[in-house]
Amino acid sequence: MRLEPKPAPTLAVTLLFPLAAVVATLLLVSLLVLAAGASPLSVFYLVARGAAGSQFALLETLTRATPLIFTGLAVAVAFRAKLWNIGAEAQLYIGGVVTVVLGTGALPLPSVILIPVLMAAAMAAGALLLLGPAVLKTRFGVDEVVTTLLLNFIVLLFVSMLLEGVLKDPMGLGWPQSQKVVAEAQLPRLIQGKRLHLGFVIAIIAAIVVWIITKKTKLGYEMRAVGHNPEGARFVGIPVNLVLMKTALLSGGLAALAGFSEVSGLKGNLTLDLSAGYGYTGIVVAMLAMLNPLGVIASAIFVAGIFVGADAMSRAAKVPSYIADVMVATSLLTMVVAILLTRYRIRWR
Amino acid sequence: MDAFEILFTASFWVAVIRIASPLIFATMGELICERAGVLNLGIEGIMTVGAFAGWFTVYSGGDLWAGVLVAALAGALFGLLHATLTVPLGLSQHVVGIGVTLLATSLTYFTYRLVLPEVTSPPKIESFQPLAIPGLSNIPVLGEALFTQTPLTYLAFLTVVLVTWVLYRTPVGLAVRAAGENPSAVEAQGISVTGIRMGAVVVGSALMAVGGAFLTMSAFNSFFFQMINGRGWICIALVVFGSWRPGKALVGAILFAAFDAYQIRLQQISGGIVPYQVFLMMPYALSILALILVARRASYPKALMIPYQKGER
Repeated sequence: MRLEPKPAPTLAVTLLFPLAAVVATLLLVSLLVLAAGASPLSVFYLVARGAAGSQFALLETLTRATPLIFTGLAVAVAFRAKLWNIGAEAQLYIGGVVTVVLGTGALPLPSVILIPVLMAAAMAAGALLLLGPAVLKTRFGVDEVVTTLLLNFIVLLFVSMLLEGVLKDPMGLGWPQSQKVVAEAQLPRLIQGKRLHLGFVIAIIAAIVVWIITKKTKLGYEMRAVGHNPEGARFVGIPVNLVLMKTALLSGGLAALAGFSEVSGLKGNLTLDLSAGYGYTGIVVAMLAMLNPLGVIASAIFVAGIFVGADAMSRAAKVPSYIADVMVATSLLTMVVAILLTRYRIRWR
Repeated sequence: MDAFEILFTASFWVAVIRIASPLIFATMGELICERAGVLNLGIEGIMTVGAFAGWFTVYSGGDLWAGVLVAALAGALFGLLHATLTVPLGLSQHVVGIGVTLLATSLTYFTYRLVLPEVTSPPKIESFQPLAIPGLSNIPVLGEALFTQTPLTYLAFLTVVLVTWVLYRTPVGLAVRAAGENPSAVEAQGISVTGIRMGAVVVGSALMAVGGAFLTMSAFNSFFFQMINGRGWICIALVVFGSWRPGKALVGAILFAAFDAYQIRLQQISGGIVPYQVFLMMPYALSILALILVARRASYPKALMIPYQKGER
């Protein structure tokens, strides 16, 4: 069999295949639901209701989407330049560390100054963390996939060390957790008494800014050129290594904002379960959005909805909530196939 | 006991070989995939599947060797998924690999919760027991380290011999190596690059899964979440460290395991002056360091990560 490029796909085709991917995912997941002895339709209904069936559910989904928008953007930016950053998890945690180090009283500043300072500091730390693998890639040819993956484990152990050492909350009853950040360092809630916080708005703004950078600036053009064809980019005089460095800084910074936003907006302190794999899920979010920064908002909300909905569903039906992870992973694979099929035709001989 | 004496105890080297065994299986698996030109980032998830499938087979009354076989088959199945998406369809090996890891891991956890909804502590099985080889196991230190292991460890070493022999001494091995270096030359011989690459990924994935199964059926006797704990990623580093050669990769795995076993013992004698996390970080940090050291002279398969389309140059 071979693949033949298709002429530019029509809008209908562009929409049809991703839709088919969603249907395929639902069918595959239905088999698992049947294996669990439940009815797929009622399970899907419960997931949908748990994700968006009430004001509470909807706000919970948006809250869960917030870190995923940041990590999804981090991955989208990096993958666009073919910089394989699988380390968003580590960058997220470093962002959280910086937030509690500076946000627990070290800087006596009013909120309007302190919050931007914390954001900038978290971004700087995340950016530097990814700069390491980027330099190793460009200078020594060390594959960044492996280094960023391994750094996830190193950073998590580092955070664990801090939480049992210098950052340990003396009032924490022995739990490995940091002190709460001061009131000035906390992001306000968007609605009184609800969990949704300003971090969500910051995430939307970040997506718009990243969209402008990728579509409207020279850097964005260079990033795409490097991702598309590094030799060609070098030939036309684009400083490929420098572009990769800038991409790494942007990507690492974005992922770190997820950590900042979870600490400052939601949890208040740093724990070892700050992230429920948001760094890895960010990869799925970015791919579902076809690496489009604005698309990341929609796909993050979709993925968050599956997780929030599945949590609610598993309390009602006897289907393990890991079904959400299966669904998200399956949709990643079906979606990459769908995108391929919008661009190529399969010839069997 | 001081930090230096440890190195001369037989129990230390027995542990080294035990820790190396799952890495040897999975590293050989990854090596086969990469020699054929396919980076398999599904490794972490495939090891998870293998760990669960093998353990669960025995838990539900199966024989230990049946467990190994089931693990290998489960791994092969995910390998087939990976291969189908990356070889004929030519999709990004990075994205598909991560996708396969996420899918394999989540399906495993889902199945575990489905079949054991109520358990709080992981159930145990009767795992592989050490089998001393008469005569050889009496050789001090070295003999004891190598020949008082479980049958799966012997199988791991046998795998290295087998992989080396197939890769360098058989026509199939030549085709696999050529598929990773110069696929059009393979096609010119009338051999299907697609077939060779898919076969390599399926067989490699089966080995990765057996590596995972070693953990639940030989090193430990139960399955728990996150038990692979980055071992798959470390094996990818070991393949690079071993310059894509089975013998060198074996040496890398044993060196790595020695370091890992040593840090555990150092941790015990350091008396808590250094936080234990520093010791736990070392294996990952060492892997990165090893990659940096060999990167300059790494001669990776020329067609690694480059999809092949028949009739296209």
